[in-house]
Amino acid sequence: MATAVKPRIKLDKKEAKKGDIVEVKALVAHIMETGQRKDAQGNTIPRKIIKKFVCTVAGKQVFAADFEPAVSANPYIQFKFKAAESGPVVLTWTDDDGSTIVGEETIKVT
Amino acid sequence: MIGLSRRQVLAGSAGALAIATFGAAPAQAANNAQDLIKAFTGGKSATEAKVKLDLPEIAENGNTVPMTVTVESPMTEASHVTEVLVLADGNPNAGVATFHFSPASGVAEANTRIRLATTQNIIAIAKMNDGSFVTASKQVKVTIGGCGG
Repeated sequence: MATAVKPRIKLDKKEAKKGDIVEVKALVAHIMETGQRKDAQGNTIPRKIIKKFVCTVAGKQVFAADFEPAVSANPYIQFKFKAAESGPVVLTWTDDDGSTIVGEETIKVT
Repeated sequence: MIGLSRRQVLAGSAGALAIATFGAAPAQAANNAQDLIKAFTGGKSATEAKVKLDLPEIAENGNTVPMTVTVESPMTEASHVTEVLVLADGNPNAGVATFHFSPASGVAEANTRIRLATTQNIIAIAKMNDGSFVTASKQVKVTIGGCGG
């Protein structure tokens, strides 16, 4: 796994009342190479894209995204979820080659 | 860890992508946007409503253009947005991103940063749980293209 990369994740609140909307901002360092650029020798630089992003809260998927090469390098994603139960907020980015980058935060729902 | 072997795998998978389509007149909306829309909606028409696309009027740097898409919806089990497809009709490939929502999302809103090759229209189509589609589009003027061409 790509352990060298540590995503930056921020929840707008760590504790929420049930039903509150929680905002998540996440940034991960990734080249997002489109597969369309050429190097100085005219060789195509191979594509390397994070194609899938999933966020689960307490094991339930709350948001997911499929990325195309048109998503910028070091992809930033911001979304919201409805606080339902306390638990880990797990964000997973999946690369073209199947490797994953995982980040985790915790939400406490009262 | 498998860090090293991952690189080797990547280096080996270059071949299939060698036929790059860049350089095909990017000023015209001649990419696969319409095909992707058709595949997404299954040929159904989308009404222009409820979807809000927030993008700058003029993007100086096409490499990273902030984009927010919001769909008006109560996001309940009975009525919610399931998917939002975002397309750019002037990029070499029209696909930008697809966002998946559920009632657990609470709000159908997502923000990311995208690459735009040239001045073009951004199109968002939202699929509702009842099978209907709503859409919105917005033109963005791009000063410096963002596809490294």
